[in-house]
Amino acid sequence: MTVQSLAPTLTRRRPAFSLGRWLERGGVFSWLMVGPPVAFMAALVGYPFFYGIWLSLQNRPVAKEGVFVFLDNYIAAWHDPVFWQVVVNTFVYTIIATILKMVGGLGLALVMNQDFRFKNLTRALLLLPFIVPTVLSTIAWQWILDPAFSVINWVLIATGIADPGPSWLGNPYLAMGSLIVVNTWRGLPFYAITLLAGLQTISPELYEAATIDGAGTWSRFRYVTLPLLMPVIFIVTMFSVIFTFADFQLIYVLTRGGPANATHVFATYAFDIAMNGGQFGQGAAIALTMVPALGLIILAMAIYMRAPKS
Amino acid sequence: MTVSRDGLKGRILKLWLPLGVSLVFALFPFYWMAITSLKPNQELYNRKIMPLIVHDPTLKHYVDLITETSFLEWTWNTFVVAIISTAISLLFGAMLAYPLARIRFAGAALVSFAIAATYLVPQPLLFVPLADIINRLGLGDTLTSVILTYPTLLVPFCAWLLMGYFRTVPVELEDAARIDGASRLQTLVKVVLPLCGPGFISAGIFAFTLAQNEFLYALIFLTKTEVRTVPVGAIAELVRGDVFYWGQLMAAALLGSIPVAIIYSFFVEHYVAGLTAGSVKG
Repeated sequence: MTVQSLAPTLTRRRPAFSLGRWLERGGVFSWLMVGPPVAFMAALVGYPFFYGIWLSLQNRPVAKEGVFVFLDNYIAAWHDPVFWQVVVNTFVYTIIATILKMVGGLGLALVMNQDFRFKNLTRALLLLPFIVPTVLSTIAWQWILDPAFSVINWVLIATGIADPGPSWLGNPYLAMGSLIVVNTWRGLPFYAITLLAGLQTISPELYEAATIDGAGTWSRFRYVTLPLLMPVIFIVTMFSVIFTFADFQLIYVLTRGGPANATHVFATYAFDIAMNGGQFGQGAAIALTMVPALGLIILAMAIYMRAPKS
Repeated sequence: MTVSRDGLKGRILKLWLPLGVSLVFALFPFYWMAITSLKPNQELYNRKIMPLIVHDPTLKHYVDLITETSFLEWTWNTFVVAIISTAISLLFGAMLAYPLARIRFAGAALVSFAIAATYLVPQPLLFVPLADIINRLGLGDTLTSVILTYPTLLVPFCAWLLMGYFRTVPVELEDAARIDGASRLQTLVKVVLPLCGPGFISAGIFAFTLAQNEFLYALIFLTKTEVRTVPVGAIAELVRGDVFYWGQLMAAALLGSIPVAIIYSFFVEHYVAGLTAGSVKG
């Protein structure tokens, strides 16, 4: 204001710099808003990511100085038979669980898309596995699959199907199967509820039109429902694939990667080496070997999600 | 679509049977949790007794859990961590979302791309370097370590969801406020935010349940009893050596799930809206 009174002629032609007005400029205001969260995310996601790459190039026992070894950790992983087992395990776990969740979720969504009483209550109950803290519900599953007191085995014995019944988490194949079932149990509601929301956006007129044109139940599903639901199925599946691929808690609680590494996946193996073995460099390298597969999925998603909506 | 054309039989086959099977599958583990936590040990570890119901219910496991372990402390820690990290996430999420939803500015595309990408970075990719960073900062075994890192998981989601809600506010309202002399910040706080309450509730509920759920960072950063959260405390301290205290474990699992379940039951619609926003709106 004092500037104005001192030089009235100057301000008339060109307004003096005003902090208030400067702050109102779109670019300035925007960056003042997004700046702090962007800095926060850069410090706690961006920096750790690149620091992790740097760690993976070092021989770095916990609480000691690292020695730069370039690609030695990756080469060690390449020659490590357990690592390859981890790769196979992760893909088996991800692919089978994803298919089960997708098919089951779509089926459940179609069932739920009918009119019935207590629909909202049913939906709320069906979502419970997804919202309850995973570790806590997994503890319940661990007890259900307990070697000595499994309720499933009690039923098998009581009905005379098997005695004493299998060791669900002790046999390599059954352990993987059990993990897949528990993962499906947890993730299926997410598919069902999101796909149901997608189904509800499909206009009933389309079905009427298809029916008039002589389409049966299957044709209506195949040529009306499925194409219109595809974008939702795509997004949900991508999400689910990423977080199944990088799953940790479920496996850590149920098997810790056992028996004999039969259920180790990238996350649990990296944890084992870095936290239990104290080899930060090697652990970081194993975690980073997830990147190529994840990178492709994330890139596809990021491009899809930032496409303009209007 | 409303009236079933194929009668009662078809309705049972197409609706109630699959629904019933799904409900049993979804809810059995919770039933199992509940009855296990109520069984006395002699019933729990006797294979001769029919396990599907409780014959002789007792609250002993709950009493033991509360008196012999630090369960209440873990619950408090979990709550504090979830509340603070949710608050930080909502604030940062809104700060990111508003300019991206409303203002054209240089770098906007880059910022929104970065948010989408960080949304999808799974924790196992970062836990090794983060463990090292947290140790160097001297934050190991403090709640600050998880309060700082949880928002990294929650901010992208909150920003994404709130962006959708900010876009639904008519631009005319904002223009009118600006013409009346309100600054951009005043317009945001006094005009836009009050209209986006449901968005904040959805994002908040979602963030809160995720923060309660988190396990990996808590497992690595919190190794002392007094700073643990419920999931880590249960796994690390209710299994002593090779001995599983199943009754207490189930009591802890049930009690630990209840706060989330209660909050969720009040805001199911908001939760579902949040859940589906990322996929259906996209």
